[in-house]
Amino acid sequence: MSAVTTVPLSAVKLTNKDYESDQEVRWCPGCGDYAILRQTQKVLADLDIPREKHVFVSGIGCSSRFPYYMNTYGFHTIHGRAPAFATGIKCVQPDLTVWIATGDGDALSIGGNHLIHIIRRNVGVKILLFNNRIYGLTKGQYSPTSSFGKLTASTPMGSPDHPLNPLSLALGCEATFVARTLDRDLEHLGQTLHAAAKHKGTAFVEILQNCNVFNDGEWFEYTDKATKPLSTLRLEDGQPLVYGQNKERGIRLNRFTLEPVDMSKGEAKVEDLMKADSSDLNQALALSRISGKDGLPLPIGVLYKVERSCFEDDVVGQVRKAQAEKPSKNDIDSLLRAGETWTVS
Amino acid sequence: MSSTTETVDIKKTVKPVQATKDVVIYFAGDSGDGIQAIGGQFGHTCVRMGNDIVTFPDFPAEIRAPAGTQAGVSGYQLRFGSGEVLTPGDAYDALIALNPAALQARVKGLKTNGLLIINTDKFRETDLKKAQCKTNPLDDGSLDGYQIFRVDLTKLTRAAVFETPLPATLSTREGDRCQNFFALGMVCWLYQRSLEPTVQYIKSKFGKRAEIAEANQRALRAGWVYCENTETFASSYEIAPAKHAPGLYRHITGNQATALGLVAAGQKAELPVFLASYPITPASDILHQLSRYKNMNVTTVQAEDEIAAACMAIGASFAGALGCTSTSGPGLDLKQEALSLAISTELPLIVVDVQRGGPSTGLPTKTEQADLLAAIYGRHGECPAPIIAASSPSDCFFAVYEAARIAIKYRTPVIFLTDGYLANGAEPWLIPSSKTLAPIVHKQLVERNGVMPFDRDPDTMARQWVRIGTPGLEYRVGGLEKDQKTGNISYDPDNHEAMGYLRKAKIDRIEREIPPTVIDGPASGDLLLVGWGSTHGAIKSAMERQRQAGQKGISQIHLRFLNPLPPDLGDILKRFKHVLVPEMNMGQLSILIRAKYVLPAKPLNKVKGQPFTITEISNAIEAILGGK
Repeated sequence: MSAVTTVPLSAVKLTNKDYESDQEVRWCPGCGDYAILRQTQKVLADLDIPREKHVFVSGIGCSSRFPYYMNTYGFHTIHGRAPAFATGIKCVQPDLTVWIATGDGDALSIGGNHLIHIIRRNVGVKILLFNNRIYGLTKGQYSPTSSFGKLTASTPMGSPDHPLNPLSLALGCEATFVARTLDRDLEHLGQTLHAAAKHKGTAFVEILQNCNVFNDGEWFEYTDKATKPLSTLRLEDGQPLVYGQNKERGIRLNRFTLEPVDMSKGEAKVEDLMKADSSDLNQALALSRISGKDGLPLPIGVLYKVERSCFEDDVVGQVRKAQAEKPSKNDIDSLLRAGETWTVS
Repeated sequence: MSSTTETVDIKKTVKPVQATKDVVIYFAGDSGDGIQAIGGQFGHTCVRMGNDIVTFPDFPAEIRAPAGTQAGVSGYQLRFGSGEVLTPGDAYDALIALNPAALQARVKGLKTNGLLIINTDKFRETDLKKAQCKTNPLDDGSLDGYQIFRVDLTKLTRAAVFETPLPATLSTREGDRCQNFFALGMVCWLYQRSLEPTVQYIKSKFGKRAEIAEANQRALRAGWVYCENTETFASSYEIAPAKHAPGLYRHITGNQATALGLVAAGQKAELPVFLASYPITPASDILHQLSRYKNMNVTTVQAEDEIAAACMAIGASFAGALGCTSTSGPGLDLKQEALSLAISTELPLIVVDVQRGGPSTGLPTKTEQADLLAAIYGRHGECPAPIIAASSPSDCFFAVYEAARIAIKYRTPVIFLTDGYLANGAEPWLIPSSKTLAPIVHKQLVERNGVMPFDRDPDTMARQWVRIGTPGLEYRVGGLEKDQKTGNISYDPDNHEAMGYLRKAKIDRIEREIPPTVIDGPASGDLLLVGWGSTHGAIKSAMERQRQAGQKGISQIHLRFLNPLPPDLGDILKRFKHVLVPEMNMGQLSILIRAKYVLPAKPLNKVKGQPFTITEISNAIEAILGGK
């Protein structure tokens, strides 16, 4: 057993197997993390990026064991701080594809500060936020996304905390890529990870993930065959916002409010509906506010995607510019002698 | 007064000049009066005139503390001489007090019969009230023991600045702000200092507003001329240049030297330097300085907090750079968890801790050495890291370079300790040649050749520094305990103990890097003074004072490595009857010495946020050895 890859390198296309490390996966049987791991391995095999150029960085928590299971470079760091480590890595080797595997506690509670700053800086990393609305590794305390009143190990009388909304937070931090997907929809999960991988800048992906031990069924309403047509809204750029078993429902804009309509009852026509536009920040903000409990279906897919310069390119660009402008002073002796000096004879 | 500017040769006084060897001068005023500017400029002038100097800026933590109060007093102590100068001096020969608060707060430091220059324009009723003076010190007899020079500084400055029209409009307020340069002009006359370096400084500093540059120059010259023309000032002083070793010199502060040392280490090691820091007093200048050296392959990031700064630096080291972070005490506390990860994953990292008065926010602009035990032991688990400390502003260059060399060679975080006194203090520096710097040896693993990430160098015990991105070497590492051979997660009890001892042995082994301890004085005797950090000058000066008084058996050693300690330290300590450990804390090094060598090292402690005076240490020596 070794921490190093033992699979021989070859010019042939890699498969998801090539991205499996030799470490025994130690999540609870039935955990949603398995699906995310498998899809990530599959997506990486499909990408046109050499395996050694991927780095998985994590903090602490169930999801943060992720790097050990990926046969790439990996750094399992300290609680909440993965974004800061990833920023350092990107500033030194900007060409690496850096992924952050994190959870709702790691990213939004202890690591909230680093999360908001990596997003506003638009560091070129892919953030996979495994949101199971519970603390798993510490055995079942409420998290920053747990609902108000949630009964947990640390809140026997119900959580007094109001949850925060990861997508609204990311958009508020000037995110350039914001998406939501589900552990139980493998196809959509794969597509979303793929889109995130292709994004230059911070790609923020909330993955609704089931913790079958401490918070089983938290997202079943959105993943069960019977309920998901009415409870989820699949976003496809350019397409009207429709949902329901037969796409008979839709969303239209009524002043500043998103309004659900039932076209089968003649409440509206498809032409009246909003069309998904991932370049529209106002639409993304409005969609991100939907909680799923407010009579509107929970948006799934890419809410927002724009291009903006990346932190690491700007930081490295300054170094390159300075090196080009002052090449004659690039040695220690010139540096120490720069400025005012005098000779004692 | 200033109308005579044109008729007086401002290069040479016609009044008598007395020679003297060593002067301690103190500039004091309101924070906002430009005290730091003229103190620094006077020091710079002294250095340019060949004197040895030590400076001690002492200012409040507030940017603009309430005007006119004692809390708002900004001071700049400076000692210059024709011999070796090691401390900013104890009592001052001269005090320049720009307001009553400055006078009240600092006059007790002035020698009997010392020169006292007072700005009498600032002794109105309201000024006295703000300074909490019950009576006016100008006429209550409290200043009888000093040579007082009463100067209407504000009026004189205004007259000088607005004597002839300026090239552009200058407000009265802006004109009045030139009074610090009037005071500097006076002091330059008093000690026969050239005005030229200050004129150059004014031109470069205020170059964008020619009228302000002109006004300040007028004030500066008028100050000089005032002393030359007024009968109050009968004679001035002259201090011959010090005998410095030949070579090229520059002026340097501790923070500048630290920044330069990190750049030099990166260049020698042929590694990019990556510094992430969060602004904190008194360390921020290191970030400022390094952000100007990007042409030397230096990347700087102002992180969102202290923790992020440490984590970014570790990420940079993981990616193959020399990761660095700079901070002060509160930041060191916050970085400790990240540091433990770097120790556990065996990655190089430089943590610069510019110590200040603690606990908590403490005394942000004052100096202390109380982070030593936190640096050595302040992390959970058995978590050893080398600790290196600088002993003078210019020594920060060599000491941080050594810290980087060790960090890279042994793949470990190194905590580099300076303090507020070193950080802001300045001295002339004989610029070293890069050829004299020790090579920094390292080899990153950049190809797959059968070597594994956790294979160790048999000499240093350091594990491989894998260049991530290298095909075929993909590996995972983290803070969970690692199997000794493979680096994979291991909860095995025997392995955990073995890894703990391995991490310790790797750091202990660094004692091989420590050169034989230099003993200043006899190799054995009555008293050994053991110090570390910025106290070097004060300890040495106190020892020399006692030697001159006839004490023979005193020696001094000064430690650069605090962890591990020098291998010859135990033997040296045992050769002296008494061991005295002066420290600006409550006895942290003396605890280490007592624990490790089981001998009654005597602590001498000061935790006032102020450096030791020579007298304090000299008295302690006398208390042990008896007066001679």
